[in-house]
Amino acid sequence: MSLGAEDVQDILRIIDGMEVDRLHLRTGRFELSLRRDDDGEWTQSARTTAEPVVLDGRDAAPVHDETASGQRTGAAREGLTEVRTPLPGAFYRAPKPGAAPFVEIGDEVTETTVVGIVETMKLMNSVYAGAAGTVAEIPLGDGEFAEQGAVLMFVDTRATGAAP
Amino acid sequence: MILRRVLIANRGEIALRIIRTCRRLGIETVLAASDADLDSVPARTADLVVRLGPPPPSASYLDVDAVLSAAKAAGVDAVHPGYGFLSENQRLARACAEAGLVFIGPTVEQLAAVGDKLEARRHAVAAGLPVVPGGPLEDTADAARLAAEIGFPLLIKAVGGGGGRGMKQVHDPADLAATVDLAVAEAGAAFGDPRVYLERFVATGRHVEVQLVADGESVVHLGTRDCSVQRRYQKLIEEAPAPALDPALREEMHRAAVALGKHLEYRGLGTVEFLVDVDRGTFYFLEMNARIQVEHPVTEAVTGLDLVAEQLAVAEGRSLSFGQADVSFTGHAVECRINAEDWAHDFRPSPGTVTEAVWPLGDGIRVDTHLQAGATVPPYYDSLLAKLIVHGRDRADALTRLRSALARCAVHGVGTNIPMHQEVLAEAEFAEGGVDTAWFTRFLRDRPVGSSRG
Repeated sequence: MSLGAEDVQDILRIIDGMEVDRLHLRTGRFELSLRRDDDGEWTQSARTTAEPVVLDGRDAAPVHDETASGQRTGAAREGLTEVRTPLPGAFYRAPKPGAAPFVEIGDEVTETTVVGIVETMKLMNSVYAGAAGTVAEIPLGDGEFAEQGAVLMFVDTRATGAAP
Repeated sequence: MILRRVLIANRGEIALRIIRTCRRLGIETVLAASDADLDSVPARTADLVVRLGPPPPSASYLDVDAVLSAAKAAGVDAVHPGYGFLSENQRLARACAEAGLVFIGPTVEQLAAVGDKLEARRHAVAAGLPVVPGGPLEDTADAARLAAEIGFPLLIKAVGGGGGRGMKQVHDPADLAATVDLAVAEAGAAFGDPRVYLERFVATGRHVEVQLVADGESVVHLGTRDCSVQRRYQKLIEEAPAPALDPALREEMHRAAVALGKHLEYRGLGTVEFLVDVDRGTFYFLEMNARIQVEHPVTEAVTGLDLVAEQLAVAEGRSLSFGQADVSFTGHAVECRINAEDWAHDFRPSPGTVTEAVWPLGDGIRVDTHLQAGATVPPYYDSLLAKLIVHGRDRADALTRLRSALARCAVHGVGTNIPMHQEVLAEAEFAEGGVDTAWFTRFLRDRPVGSSRG
């Protein structure tokens, strides 16, 4: 048995006239909680507990994104300022495929220099250096997935003497 | 051909939506899911799941070969592409035909006819539809001559663009040549197609579209939808029928949409999008979408039809079971797109794990969602979490119900734009009906500093 919106409406019609304000229903495939607020209006929260039936168990073995678990978050390095991604997503080093990267190792940057793009939920978010100095290391490759907070770059701020 | 098993090459709420109708009709469903979606609610609801590939869309939902392999492995009769991803992909439609599978959508020729903006415009003109004054640029020297015909302000649009990408406004004739050069260069780099065209810029425009359903011979319209509340060309609120529209203009739009459908001998679901030029009291053809759309439920609410069921019937080669005279429209429906966006922080995307998802329930309320407590909102795909659709006796009734329904939505763990919808619904101008496509931008700009957004 599966639970559809029409089934939930049917259940609601049955209990609407009863002296019931909450209903919790659990089957082998789903859980449904219905609740009547003080104003008499209902809300629902549901959980589909059935396990997915995957056609090819071999293929469907959980796949770990290499970058997800062992993300090179980059240990803090003396004199180097980390440029971290504020959002998880795909890290792009260039404004479009085939174009030159925003920055290369050795390039001078300022706080407002765009050093890459992180694509999250189809939105392109510019990442700024946030510090003045020289790009010292770029631990992530172009197109690699970056976990939230992952270090995208290290900027050496010592040469310029700029504050990180 | 009777469909017995369908591959759904999509994810999220639309996958679940298609599964529900298939199940009602006794059709088995196989969900083609990326690794990020193998444990999703659609995966748990489908009869079977087949792995497409890694999470990035290019390696899974956009990979025609992966979808074909999944279809063959699953032994399906047909492929339903949903919306987005490969829904209007000619290569998939052709590959399905070659593999003896039904592609649930229009023919390859129809996809080609409406897939290219200039080609679609040519067909629209041939079918007698009004188009925005303008035309393609053969070379930049053309621009001044064409601009003189069209008049300023005008738009330069990339043929390969879409969704607001590749568009530039020109207000001053002195800027024309340089802007055209830039647009051509950017179009070539961004879309691999340097072609651009000029169009009159409509200052006060509304986005109104007409839903069609057709079987190759008979073309029936299912009325209008207004999708003018948009941010960066992404629709946020849709309603059916379009409010505050002159009845004669509405009828003319119905007729125009059907004329295009007949001209194309269209088969399946299609949406003809129009720009209503409010100042001139007229409308222009914009484009045709050859797929089911996100906002289809508002049409379902006012017509009582199940559009996925109609789509499946046409895909089986059946004729429409009803004609235009059989379609009746009842009341008014409004849909809010609930996205994983933190509107308090400039609509920042908000992927993560949902800890709580409570939805309103009651007559006239429909929630299309794949979101439940424990569900993951991956960072790889678009931000649509749920669609809240409310049907009322009339527009005022629908809006009252929608305000109450929104107040009862509770999503925790990821940020949503529910508070934004509540503020829009509190706006007198929106309540009045008939806002234009620039209204939402003005609403954002004019909101008082220090209100709940901050």
